[in-house]
Amino acid sequence: MEALSTLLLLFILVSAVAVSLVKDLLSAIILFMAQSTAMAVVWILLRSPDLAITEAAVGSGITTLLIFVTLKKLHAIHTQKEVENRDGKD
Amino acid sequence: MLSKLMGHSEEIAALILFGIGFTNLLLNRNMMKKIIGFSMMDSAIYLFLASYGYIDGRVAPIIEDASAPLEVSAYVNPLPAGLVLTGIVVSVSVTAIMLALTLRLYKRYHTLDIDAIAILAREADPE
Amino acid sequence: MARIDWRRWIEEGGDALDRDMRTFQAITEAPEERDPFELPHPRERLTYARFHRWSHSKGERILKVIYFSLSVLICLGLSALLISTALDLPQFGADAELIDNDISTFYVEEGLRHTGAMNIITGIILDFRGFDTLGESHVLFVAACTVLMLLRLPGGDDPESQLARRRAEAFDRHFEPRGDVILANCVRVLAPLLIVFGAYILLNGHLSPGGGFSGGTVLGAGLILYLCAFGFARTGRFFNFKVFRAVTSGALAFYALSKGYVFITGANGIENGLGPGVYGRILSGGLLMPLSVAVGLVVGCTMYALYALFRKGDL
Repeated sequence: MEALSTLLLLFILVSAVAVSLVKDLLSAIILFMAQSTAMAVVWILLRSPDLAITEAAVGSGITTLLIFVTLKKLHAIHTQKEVENRDGKD
Repeated sequence: MLSKLMGHSEEIAALILFGIGFTNLLLNRNMMKKIIGFSMMDSAIYLFLASYGYIDGRVAPIIEDASAPLEVSAYVNPLPAGLVLTGIVVSVSVTAIMLALTLRLYKRYHTLDIDAIAILAREADPE
Repeated sequence: MARIDWRRWIEEGGDALDRDMRTFQAITEAPEERDPFELPHPRERLTYARFHRWSHSKGERILKVIYFSLSVLICLGLSALLISTALDLPQFGADAELIDNDISTFYVEEGLRHTGAMNIITGIILDFRGFDTLGESHVLFVAACTVLMLLRLPGGDDPESQLARRRAEAFDRHFEPRGDVILANCVRVLAPLLIVFGAYILLNGHLSPGGGFSGGTVLGAGLILYLCAFGFARTGRFFNFKVFRAVTSGALAFYALSKGYVFITGANGIENGLGPGVYGRILSGGLLMPLSVAVGLVVGCTMYALYALFRKGDL
């Protein structure tokens, strides 16, 4: 139990650092999603099942989806793909 | 010292997460990264609060048998969980408002860089 | 170039909507290039040019290093300051100090008798701190209204707003795959399960983990998943702006009427006539279950409305 808790906390911290260092916004969002999911397990270990349900639905579901949609609207995904295509094939 | 640090593992993780989120919010120029940093600060504070409700060897505050005599020392502290639960849901709406404002800024200035937005805004309206 | 440009090939055809979409992309993807620093004085311009050259060659690397090390320093310094304070607080999982608190002891001891909720957290949220929860629900409602103001497209019949709506539709069609078979078949199984699970959490909140906020978010996530798979044409049949307005206002009004009277009567609760009932039954706990359904409806509708507004600019 102790080991699992430490491992999850380490994972949360590592993904938080990775979010700030990674250049690609899409990867940053995926890392943030993973962090929220780990947080939901931490709530279970802290004996708060209510929080775990809410965090699983909100943190890794709705917040991430909203950021995804915003990013989609900002053309970020689209332009990035085009740049990669151009760099990869020419 | 080390044993003292290990005894506070959850709080220390929460505070380091708070520091990372704060740095992201303060020093990253990309608005989306700023928003993610803000959400991280949120979850760090929730983790810090909820870790003080936890007491070793006790169970979640849900009574299983109402007819049995109530043992107060069997349950963890329910107060932080109640406070955090509403906070998590409200943080979504805060994030949504920030994202909507970002969208409006992007529609006007075509960039996510906060410095570039500041320059363009000053140029458009010198006062 | 030997490779076939599929994108161009697909886009050569298409109707007016697709052409419209292409011009829209051309506008948004190529912002005009210009120098933001148009300095009036020649000496200023010279200084700026020198600084510009420096900051683009050697200076850029130095500035980046300074920036990065400053970030790391601030992060570590802030964390160290906070940790040094937290070390004086009671240890994680420590016993006596924290539970020896009148309020939480009272909640655990008397919560069941006062509210009839087996889940003490639901009892706290919807009964002891019920007025606070009313405020939280209103925060969600106000957030949905703010996003509505910021992102809703003009709804008039004049050509300009019609064009804006058509562009948004084209944009959505370009980025969101329609009729994805894998997604649709998965969602046909998953979405009913999610929605039923959300309803279970809502209705069973006073007996098991859950309650208004958790159930509402699960419900909202289920609706969003359904929307992702089948599009606005299907969800528009049962959820539009009128439904959103009616459900949210109705739920908030019900909550305010059943809790707000306490504010007028000077915090003296009047017997609601329902009573705590038999502990552990689903129809127990007096007003707890209707209140958690009201909160859940507000939360679920808000979540769905936020997603729909972000995606299409309308409900």
